[in-house]
Amino acid sequence: MSTVWRVADVVDVRAETPSARTIRLRIPGLHGHLAGQHVDVRLTAPDGYQAVRSYSIASATGANGVAEDELELTVEELPDGEMSPYLVHGLMVGGQLEVRGPVGGWFVWRPTDTGPVQLIAGGSGVVPLMSMARAHAASGSAAPFRLLYSVRTPESGFYRDELEHLSRDAAAPLAVDYVYTRTAPAGAVTPPGRLTAEALSAAVVPAAESPTFYLCGATPFVETVSGWLVDAGHAPERIRTERYGGIGGAS
Amino acid sequence: MPRGLVSRGPTQYASRMGIVSSGFLGRRRTDDPRVPPGQYATDGFPVLSAGPTPRISKEDWAFTITNETGDVRRWSWSEFLALPQEDVSTDIHCVTSWSKLATSWRGVALDTLFAEVDSTFEYTMAHSYGGYTTNVPLADLLDGKAWIAHSFDGEDLAPEHGGPARLLVPHLYFWKSAKWVSGLQMLPQDQPGFWEQNGYNMYGDPWKEQRYW
Repeated sequence: MSTVWRVADVVDVRAETPSARTIRLRIPGLHGHLAGQHVDVRLTAPDGYQAVRSYSIASATGANGVAEDELELTVEELPDGEMSPYLVHGLMVGGQLEVRGPVGGWFVWRPTDTGPVQLIAGGSGVVPLMSMARAHAASGSAAPFRLLYSVRTPESGFYRDELEHLSRDAAAPLAVDYVYTRTAPAGAVTPPGRLTAEALSAAVVPAAESPTFYLCGATPFVETVSGWLVDAGHAPERIRTERYGGIGGAS
Repeated sequence: MPRGLVSRGPTQYASRMGIVSSGFLGRRRTDDPRVPPGQYATDGFPVLSAGPTPRISKEDWAFTITNETGDVRRWSWSEFLALPQEDVSTDIHCVTSWSKLATSWRGVALDTLFAEVDSTFEYTMAHSYGGYTTNVPLADLLDGKAWIAHSFDGEDLAPEHGGPARLLVPHLYFWKSAKWVSGLQMLPQDQPGFWEQNGYNMYGDPWKEQRYW
């Protein structure tokens, strides 16, 4: 029934960064979703003009008190965006919007997947990967999980406290590595700079363990990193990618 | 859905056209009749791929059409370029809601390629380097509706956009225009390809908003 538009109630909003926020939606009739899926969001202006964008789901059903008929989106404001400024600054608890989906059966992780997983995020590309990390923890999965997260500055990272918490989860640990491209935290050993092929190889699950990769970010980041992974001997068919502007992208 | 005026939200109310957000104005208005319902026109060219961009040299490239008897018609890169070339200006529509108007392509019409193929089957599966597949009825590939395109805006088609060559079926959502296309397999019945097995519509007509299952 992913072709039907449904009315969603905004039941919570919270800031992730000054330019991004998480919106919890209650969608009557929703029965959970897969980690990594996206929804289409439709806004209607008073004159009837409508705009639609796709947003990745950040939540996992059953994690952090997210009920089966709820999901959370994390939206980053784009300076040139048509919908994102309203979603980040205008929409309020008690408001409504329309949602279609959840959609997607490829860029998803299921708790029945037992193999090692390497998540790689560039900026707000962390959103669908956070859904996977939350589903991993909520299901107590024994699958090895690792996240490599490229951010501009420590303050621009989403979910910092929760990622720290997940990395100490005894039942389903998540190894978290950050790459700071512009400003590193005080006392950091590595100076800020873009990810390199060498740093990537050192921070991901080795090819010998046949990890499945979920890679999400802007197109140049995804193109570059997926190329390095193939060069490093990882099988292309185990590298799943999603890009801004593509399915699950946002504007 | 029986739903009257909604009073609990300060800025939203229901109307026949949806839930109205008075704080939302929208900027990229388009009444352009070339833009299908639920789409917006963009000047960019977003990239959408399920995995890494395959690396294909033109020396190793070939395009094949395989019919019901297993006969394979094969064109090398140089044979493909020696076929009649067409310049195509067309609008393209991605299921993720962007449309790009008046794009310029160059390539070989599927009519030209199918002129050398015997088949009575009415469906095809497009296969790509890297393993991607998508299904397209044969009727949607013929009569000037589809091409194997190797140039975009006068330049070689970039790898992330499907180079060396991609299928171009602009009257369907753009996931049907398989990047890195390597061949077509004739089929007696319609079968789902990659996205069609992963939540997306079997046919994908943007004017009917055939996006998902």
